[in-house]
Amino acid sequence: MKLAYWMYAGPAHIGTLRVASSFENVHAIMHAPLGDDYFNVMRSMLERERDFTPVTASIVDRHVLTRGSQEKVVDNIIQKEKEERPDLIILTPTCTSSILQEDLQNFVDRASITSDSDVIPADVNHYRVNELQAADRTLEQVVRYYLSKAARRQGTLDRSITDIPSANIIGISTLGFHNQHDCRELKRLLQDLGIEINQVIPEGGFVEDLQNLPKAWFNFVPYREIGLMTAIYLEKEFGMPYISTTPMGVIDTAECIRQIQGHVNKWTPVFSNKKVDYEHYIDQQTRFVSQAAWFSRSIDCQNFVGKKAVVFGDATHAASMTKILAREMGIRVCCTGTYCKHDAEWFNEQVRGLCDEVLITDDHIEVGDMIARVEPSAIFGTQMERHIGKRLDIPCGVISPPVHIQNFPLGYRPFLGYEGTNQIADLVYNSYTLGMEDHLLDIFGGHDTKEVITKSLSTETDLIWNSESQMELSKIPGFVRGKIKRKTEKFARQNGITNITVEVMYAAKEALSA
Amino acid sequence: MSVKTSETLTFECETGNYHTSCPISCVAWLYQKIEDSFFPVVGTKTCGYFLQNALGVMIFAEPRYAMAELEEGDISAQLNDYEESKKLCSQIIKNRNPSVIIWIGTCTTEIIKMDLEGMAPKLENEIGIPVIVARANGLDYASTQGEDTVLAAMAHRCAERDLLGDERNQTAQNRALQDSFLSPGNKEGTLEPIMNLKKNPPLVLFGSLPSIVASQLSLELKRQSIQVSGWLPAQKYNNLPLLGDGVYVCGVNPFLSRTATTLMRRRKCRLIGAPFPIGPDGTRAWIGKICSVFDIETRGLGEREEQVWESLEDYLKLVRGKSVFFMGDNLLEVSLARFLIRCGMIVYEIGIPYMDKRYQAAELAFLQNTCGNMCVPMPRIVEKPDNYNQIQRMRELQPDLAITGMAHANPLEARKINTKWSVEFTFAQIHGFTNARDILELVTRSLRRNNGLEDFGWTSLVKRENNLRM
Repeated sequence: MKLAYWMYAGPAHIGTLRVASSFENVHAIMHAPLGDDYFNVMRSMLERERDFTPVTASIVDRHVLTRGSQEKVVDNIIQKEKEERPDLIILTPTCTSSILQEDLQNFVDRASITSDSDVIPADVNHYRVNELQAADRTLEQVVRYYLSKAARRQGTLDRSITDIPSANIIGISTLGFHNQHDCRELKRLLQDLGIEINQVIPEGGFVEDLQNLPKAWFNFVPYREIGLMTAIYLEKEFGMPYISTTPMGVIDTAECIRQIQGHVNKWTPVFSNKKVDYEHYIDQQTRFVSQAAWFSRSIDCQNFVGKKAVVFGDATHAASMTKILAREMGIRVCCTGTYCKHDAEWFNEQVRGLCDEVLITDDHIEVGDMIARVEPSAIFGTQMERHIGKRLDIPCGVISPPVHIQNFPLGYRPFLGYEGTNQIADLVYNSYTLGMEDHLLDIFGGHDTKEVITKSLSTETDLIWNSESQMELSKIPGFVRGKIKRKTEKFARQNGITNITVEVMYAAKEALSA
Repeated sequence: MSVKTSETLTFECETGNYHTSCPISCVAWLYQKIEDSFFPVVGTKTCGYFLQNALGVMIFAEPRYAMAELEEGDISAQLNDYEESKKLCSQIIKNRNPSVIIWIGTCTTEIIKMDLEGMAPKLENEIGIPVIVARANGLDYASTQGEDTVLAAMAHRCAERDLLGDERNQTAQNRALQDSFLSPGNKEGTLEPIMNLKKNPPLVLFGSLPSIVASQLSLELKRQSIQVSGWLPAQKYNNLPLLGDGVYVCGVNPFLSRTATTLMRRRKCRLIGAPFPIGPDGTRAWIGKICSVFDIETRGLGEREEQVWESLEDYLKLVRGKSVFFMGDNLLEVSLARFLIRCGMIVYEIGIPYMDKRYQAAELAFLQNTCGNMCVPMPRIVEKPDNYNQIQRMRELQPDLAITGMAHANPLEARKINTKWSVEFTFAQIHGFTNARDILELVTRSLRRNNGLEDFGWTSLVKRENNLRM
């Protein structure tokens, strides 16, 4: 048992439901007690979804607890099949069903006898995997199911590839962070490169089309969290190469395009006898379409030099953001971290040499304390870090899930591709106190007259500020006041002083700046 | 719709495949109500993620609730429940120093048969503060019933009222009351109400309301010279009311049937069965019933109700003749439907998770009367509704307003059906004369919004082929 207030990644079934409800005409039935269907609320509210979320629960109640589900789950599956005629029904276990240890496979087998829909149980263990791992696994499971089904039905799968270069985009899903916008941006990118989109899965995909996945020349996995398992499976089974470099930021986008070039050029000689060269495209986009490269040179960006930042989020976004801040904008990343503990090794490798320290944790208190200690000028993190930032009076740009309704903007806000680089530049720039404003505040002593807020997350106040020192403190510009207060208090503690006077403040300043 | 008035209410029961929030969500308002409490919710990540999402911004405000998250070791009994709980309690006491710890049991604790009730007394002895257990799980309960389980558990902790001490209290209370009336700042500084103050038997009201609403209701009763001797729950755990034989109790919310039962059977209290003080009609009936039990003649109650109705006229104009469909979520449905019918609306269906016909008897009778008086057909009451069937029915009926959970609100709006989230009625202040306006404010919101949008002609916002799909 452990005390927990906040989770970065949700429970396993959320991942399964995200994948299931991303596909068209796929229905998920949860084996769960009343109230566990809040996924529908999340989808309906956060995504402002117009259609009913295709997720229902086969309710586990007191009767089920004493007698087992018996016919209930099977009946619910068959009824849903009649009502909605889905192509596929995914029976989704929850924490409850994993303790009850009911044989979901058996329910599925029984339902399959009468049901026209395909029925599979999601193969995820609530206590072993989180939302992201479960989503990854479920997507792979569905793809594997339909490819082997096609292979069974037709003897062998049609393994020919398309005549012109084509790609599958794997891992775009509902409730994903800016996924819709990213998807549009990626489609545009591939189109610019003359590459056809074979399929996008799971979002908007039909399961019956999955058998055509191997027709693409390569797979494109924009996010590490969802889709990698599928890509690896397709590589092993069909020899399909995949790209898992996230095209986030100018440098990585270029790197990603070069990898695409590599894969395309494996086959182009067969079809058209000439190789593609994307270098000119990269150059044009980088210098003129994306404003980010120019922004890094512009005088605005000078003010960033040496400014401190903390980054935290899922592995994909935190790693990419760290690279952008450090390599492209010259910002000092004091600490970067991720809650994707299962992917720690990859993360460490990605950010090596780009930051002072790395924090791998899923405990938000640890993250909060780290931020309080580092005192960055800006944070780039999740909704949780945004709130930590609010309490510490540090601006925060949200770059990663967990999501909030404001992370589903109506306007076009990709994080990936060349338009993504513009969005990120805006986000970073707006997160820091604007350069000139900063400067003027410094000169004129600030317009912030708010009371000083204690900035450590675990407060301990054994020190007394007398009225003169408080007055003196209030004259200091707001954005550095907290820092000076803490430094003074630290100095006072070290020297065993309990009453803080103006003299102590000056002494602290001398001691610490010396 | 042809208007035919059936004599009795009809009750139906469907499959129970409906959307509602998990009863553990009650910690959201209970921790705010009981200021010195701490609520550990003993469950899994699923419960935690629900709280985190359902309660949104509250999570960031250092709430006095937390997940006691069960790990695989707890489930497979490799870890000792008692030791784990104790460790957690000490941590809570160290960080927050509450006056009471209220463990919320969940589905998981039920399934693994974790003996929270058995551990609590032992734990209480060892750590020195009260430990209460409420099983607010989704196996047995829906949404607001969570509060019911907590209050029922708390009812056991209220001290026994001893008659002698009670006399003393009563005198002290009277003196305090007199002082308050005589204090210079008091506008009603006449001695008249005190003179007429009949000493009513102790009356305890149960149901968690924001303190401002609780004092509004107490004041309404005081106008009828009725003293409220306590509330379950009180603002502080240590101020729980005295209970016992001869204490009258009355509920303010329709979902408190377990608490009512516990108060009657275990604490020997006498339950006043009244309609609930929701809407001016409900409030009047509620006060009227209490008065009649204490054999007090009401004064000015009818005029008070009239005044409130008059002040609501601008809203009533909007709702008259409009139809409503309650999908069923938080057990407030019957009272709200009764109020809306009195406002001139037509209610097609009252979906409700669970219907205690005994505890809600007075409310149901009142509903039936109201339908008769307003000459509208009796609505069907559907217990454990099936959301899929309800949506089919709604497609037929095309109600002007659906009161529904958040899972269905946006999809219904996209299909030209106006909606109001049911959960807002749980959180808004809807009790008493003063707050009737707030109920109509909520009910009319989408109607008022649409007055502005109607002319544009883009009411249906799904593609045609989608329209038929659930």
